[in-house]
Amino acid sequence: MLIGFSLFVAIVFLLLFFWAVRSGQFDDQYTPSIRILFDEKNSEQKQTTNNKNRDE
Amino acid sequence: MKEAKSTLSRDLCFHCGELCKEPSIQLEDKYFCCTGCKTAYQILDKSGLCSYYDLESHPGVNLKSSKERARFDYLEDQEVIERISDFQNKTQLSVTLYIPNIHCTSCVWLLENLQKLDEGVLQTTVNFMRRELSLLIDTEDTSLRNVVEQLTTIGYEPEIRLDKLDAKTSKSHQNRSLWLKLGVAGFAFGNIMLFSFPDYLDLSGSGVGNNFQIFFGALNIILALPVLLYSSIDYLKSAFAALSQRGVNLDVPISIGIVALFSRSVYEIVTGIGTGYMDSFTGLIFFLLIGKLIQKKTFNRLSFDRDYRSYLPIAVNSIDSFGTEKSVSLDKLKPGFEIRLRNQELVPCDSVLLSEKAFVDYSFITGESDPQQVNKGETVFAGARLTGTSAALRTEEEVENSYLTKLWNHEAFTNTDKELKLTSFADRISPYFTVSVLGISALAGMYWLSAAGMEMALSVFTAVLIIACPCALALSTPFTLGSALNILSMNGLFVKNHLLLENLSKATSVVFDKTGTLTNRQDKKIEYKGDELSEEQKRNILSACQQSIHPVSRRIVESLIDEIKDTTQPDSFFEASGKGIFAAFDNSMICIGSRKFISEQTNISISDIPIPEFDGTTAHLAIDGKYFGYFCFKAGLRDGIASLLKSMKSKFQTFLISGDNESQRDEFAGLFGMQESLLFNKSPEEKLEFINQLQKDNQKIVMVGDGLNDAGALKQSDFGIALSDDISSFSPACDAILEGDSLKKLSEFISFSQACMNIIIASFVLSLLYNTIGLGFAITGHLSPLVAAILMPLSSVSVMVFTFLTTRYKANKLDLAIWK
Repeated sequence: MLIGFSLFVAIVFLLLFFWAVRSGQFDDQYTPSIRILFDEKNSEQKQTTNNKNRDE
Repeated sequence: MKEAKSTLSRDLCFHCGELCKEPSIQLEDKYFCCTGCKTAYQILDKSGLCSYYDLESHPGVNLKSSKERARFDYLEDQEVIERISDFQNKTQLSVTLYIPNIHCTSCVWLLENLQKLDEGVLQTTVNFMRRELSLLIDTEDTSLRNVVEQLTTIGYEPEIRLDKLDAKTSKSHQNRSLWLKLGVAGFAFGNIMLFSFPDYLDLSGSGVGNNFQIFFGALNIILALPVLLYSSIDYLKSAFAALSQRGVNLDVPISIGIVALFSRSVYEIVTGIGTGYMDSFTGLIFFLLIGKLIQKKTFNRLSFDRDYRSYLPIAVNSIDSFGTEKSVSLDKLKPGFEIRLRNQELVPCDSVLLSEKAFVDYSFITGESDPQQVNKGETVFAGARLTGTSAALRTEEEVENSYLTKLWNHEAFTNTDKELKLTSFADRISPYFTVSVLGISALAGMYWLSAAGMEMALSVFTAVLIIACPCALALSTPFTLGSALNILSMNGLFVKNHLLLENLSKATSVVFDKTGTLTNRQDKKIEYKGDELSEEQKRNILSACQQSIHPVSRRIVESLIDEIKDTTQPDSFFEASGKGIFAAFDNSMICIGSRKFISEQTNISISDIPIPEFDGTTAHLAIDGKYFGYFCFKAGLRDGIASLLKSMKSKFQTFLISGDNESQRDEFAGLFGMQESLLFNKSPEEKLEFINQLQKDNQKIVMVGDGLNDAGALKQSDFGIALSDDISSFSPACDAILEGDSLKKLSEFISFSQACMNIIIASFVLSLLYNTIGLGFAITGHLSPLVAAILMPLSSVSVMVFTFLTTRYKANKLDLAIWK
């Protein structure tokens, strides 16, 4: 039972990894490290720099 | 660049950090080196984007030296848009632009905030390593042309070249499947290790219930199956391909090992003899894939295979019969078109000049850096850069048939053998390796067959195959060379492919190009030889030369502008194109030009004007009818060249091959020693032929060059290095790109590559040692899953650590940087 559960959790993580690779998170391993340095000063700046639409 | 960001210096431009020469350009408390920088600042200020300057001090791109703004008319052309865009529908357009100027954190920030400068931009994403900007724009609000022009104004001009047409970016997805395979292998490895843990503790298996053993075994098989069928499929395919062509590469013994491991494990589990070696199997694949990932690491932002198409712009302005200018993309350019080019634009194909005269710079084709004058009716070859005023031309050839592009039709460019021939040391020894492994396993199997029967024999036979799997061997080359590539890139040498390092290590001759390689293109020294000039006279010379666009006049201006602040307007000015200039001021008359020109304009007879001993470009000076002296130009040598050549002379044959004239022969004769190794006035084809000749004498050649005129020779040589002062700017087809400042370390680079070859051999010995120990267990029939599970990862990891440490130790010894 517990073994099955542990395997299930591991498979969930594997699928998450698949999703991450497919959505392009492993294509560019450098720029995000720069992006994290930007702080958004005022609330008007609703800039989002996520990767959602990269594959379009 | 690194000083405190609060410094509002009067001397340094707030935008780009350049020294401000004209102190008048300022805005509030900030100073700028040129109006371009000031404009860029104003645009950012207006849009509230000044955080740009908080992230780095002086992050801007210097706009003063940037060429006249390229014209983007062609971006209105629907067909061009279609061909460069990634995706397009009625209202949205997605495009990826290459922007060489991306260089710091601020650049990323600014470009990703582009929508504040232009409402029509919906989304921007920067890939820093590739220097790429992905844009999604709303075509109802703005146009691609607007966005590109906006980018150019703030200093980030995209490079849109002919070869980018139709080249959709599929590259970014290349590594994804490798990551996925690695993920699957890692997942299976971790979980099987977990399930095998009871076995490690209790070897007899008595502590664990029989049911559990079957359950775990079944789980292990289920987990290992995707690893065999998905993760390791590349190795199996490669081995199969090699065998079907009757060749053996390193993937063959690896595949034998993989198959033996898997089938033996399945057999053991199914028959219930043991628990199998699934942990070793998945671990092996996991480590192999890590090695592969490292091998795949390349320098994305650099392109090594550029040809003329990446050199030429995407479109030119053509004039139709009504006299209106319209942009035409290059592949539609036919002979007979009338085109208009502006300062710094490139002639796209062989053409005839229609304007009265023009100055063109052929430096990329011939290496000769002084601009030449072309008169009406004369042919201008493709690749020439127009300097000075604009000119109209009529095209004579199609782009593909021009003189410049013909060089690319040479066999050196179609010949891809050089890359195909590259095989790693591991691949070369793998036939012997495979044969000996099969031999040992057969012998051991035969011995046990007679001693203990069929079952034992089979078990030993597979055990040998398993343990002899050259996993560590396969890793040693990519890890050593990957690490070496990293170190070299930290020191300014970017190598295209790790296997090419072997060519570098075998070098016997080094061939240098002169202009731009040994000499510095920008840093041309101008010298005045003759009678002392007064302040007044200098001012008049400067004022006179400012009237002229001739390159020689321009240089004289550059050399005097720092010294003389104010200039005056001459009362009269006259220029005989290509011969000289004559200017009258209220108190004196200045005449600068060739000997003949001076004697024509003044009453100095030509015999009174000395012929300078100096052989390069000269311009004579006469003031008020009296001969004063001459200006001469010579290219300055790069730093550290003299000592580099001195140290290389003892180890290699060194040659100089230049498209330039012989004006500097004596200077280089001292550096190279022998006169025979200096070759001047060589065309691109002759350079290529020279390399060919040396190779026929069994020389291994490293060629260092920088221009299109070296492209053939670079391609033909065993290791072609393109030297570039700005690594993201143009460089010809080559095997490696070297930063200009690092040329002095070339000798160390070669020594380092030799050391790396030794490291590979040493790591081979190390991994063979593990194999031998393992074989000891296998032949005697004692290979337990535990021993395999320890020994196989251990050998891989120790090879990784060994190569990492030794390459850095060697690099450190050679005074190369090992940390960034």
